[in-house]
Amino acid sequence: MRIEADTETCVGSGRCVLTEPAVFDQDDDGIVVLLTDRPAGRAAARARQAASLCPSRALRLMEP
Amino acid sequence: MTPTDTTQPPDQPFPLARSCPFTEPEPYTRLREQQPVSKVRLRGGEQAWWVSGYAEARAVLADRRFSSDRRKDGYPNPNGDPRFRERFRTQPPPMVSLDGTEHAAVRRSVLGEFTLKRLSALRPRIQQIVDRFIDEMLACDSRPVDLVQALSLPVPSLVICELLGVPYEDHDCFQSRTAAMTRRTVPPAERLRAFDELQACLAALLTRKESEPGDDLLSRQIAQQREQGAVDHARLLSTATGLLVAGHETTANMITLGVLALLEHPGQRALLTEDPGSTPAAVEELLRFFSIGDTVIARVATEDVRVGGVTIKANEGVIVSVLSANRDPAAFDDPAELNPTRAARHHISFGYGPHQCLGQNLARLELRIVFDTLFRRIPGLRLAVPVDEIPFKTDATVYGAHELPVTW
Ligand code: HEM
Ligand code: SF4
Repeated sequence: MRIEADTETCVGSGRCVLTEPAVFDQDDDGIVVLLTDRPAGRAAARARQAASLCPSRALRLMEP
Repeated sequence: MTPTDTTQPPDQPFPLARSCPFTEPEPYTRLREQQPVSKVRLRGGEQAWWVSGYAEARAVLADRRFSSDRRKDGYPNPNGDPRFRERFRTQPPPMVSLDGTEHAAVRRSVLGEFTLKRLSALRPRIQQIVDRFIDEMLACDSRPVDLVQALSLPVPSLVICELLGVPYEDHDCFQSRTAAMTRRTVPPAERLRAFDELQACLAALLTRKESEPGDDLLSRQIAQQREQGAVDHARLLSTATGLLVAGHETTANMITLGVLALLEHPGQRALLTEDPGSTPAAVEELLRFFSIGDTVIARVATEDVRVGGVTIKANEGVIVSVLSANRDPAAFDDPAELNPTRAARHHISFGYGPHQCLGQNLARLELRIVFDTLFRRIPGLRLAVPVDEIPFKTDATVYGAHELPVTW
């Protein structure tokens, strides 16, 4: 699975970071930073959850 | 879903009074089942769309064709307060009332103050604040104690004061004004005056921060604006007021109702005290269950939009019922059940879309610390009156309790 984050639409809710800190981080301005764009296993499942929680729909998942 | 439903709004004006803190008013359930987007009559007499389905609520809140601009015609005024629109015409609108790129610019200017990293740095200080107010409760000879005045209100008030950089000697000015603004026994005119005085305190504080900056949110905002050209005093005042107002009573009400629920469900309380790791999930469930900002989320359509099988026309008002959406069985199993171990994180108690609560992670942190600390330090805490004698804010914009008498 590959993941893309749109830093233009991100509204800095931090929901992704709370959900999977191994994949998502925030920069000093609160905007999403991807720590990896190819999460695997549990991290992939949590990244999927994060995408469904993201209030600005800024996270895009691409299979495989 | 018959089209006639849209032309037959229910007889009673919405939102309905929340007479029981634990259940949603019955007509809410009925409307959600019949038609998740339907027309209702508001308390002030106007009509608006009432969005009660979870999927429909998220669809509306993610859709940029719905505006948050309270100055626009058609923007609903759920509680029929005549002063409502005027308040937003006089000052630069707070970010919650801005749309699109203008909203994004203002939100992004303060976002850095609310990152998870910044918030974890605040944790020890918030713990100290919570401990201090619990110390004062324990030192108090007379019982019962009103938890609202002793803990629920002062904790978020002091936290936000320190975040903004209100110096210690000014805390009283802020705390007494914010307390007056939310107290039922204070007449409306006086509450409005408290608001004006709060703004005056903040304006004076801003002027002071311009010449004597400190290590705080307001000083950093001033520095940031200087770098970009000039300090926009009115904008800063609006941001500061917005943070104080949005973050104070909301969090306080959640503390009060959360403590009430945990006192009423000893098994769930035991779960938290035995395993603090279970607190975050419990906080999410309490946020979902009480949905305190049931009718704070309103929008106005800027063009015709199809949603939930109906067409919302341009300039028509929309109210997203947070309570209804959070009790939609399509999104939560057994939604009427308070179950602190369920996965409730997708609730919309902090909203959804670009305006999703800026202070949500601060609120989460405060709630976790309060619940963990209170029941650990006062294990014998109990209600001093039966639940049906607690004065709930049945008709307020933000749901809660005016008082919660407790003893131990
Ligand atoms: C349990 C406590 C809280 C609840 C239930 C709550 C609820 C909400 C909701 C539902 C919204 C969205 C409004 C909309 O979409 O129109 C919102 C926005 C907002 N909240 Fe909170 N809030 C809480 C605590 C806080 C705290 C602690 C702060 C500040 C420190 C805060 C600051 C804000 C701000 C600035 C906005 C506007 C964000 C924007 O428009 O982009 N809130 N809140
Ligand atoms: S959840 Fe979405 S909006 Fe929130 S920080 Fe992550 S990417 Fe940004």
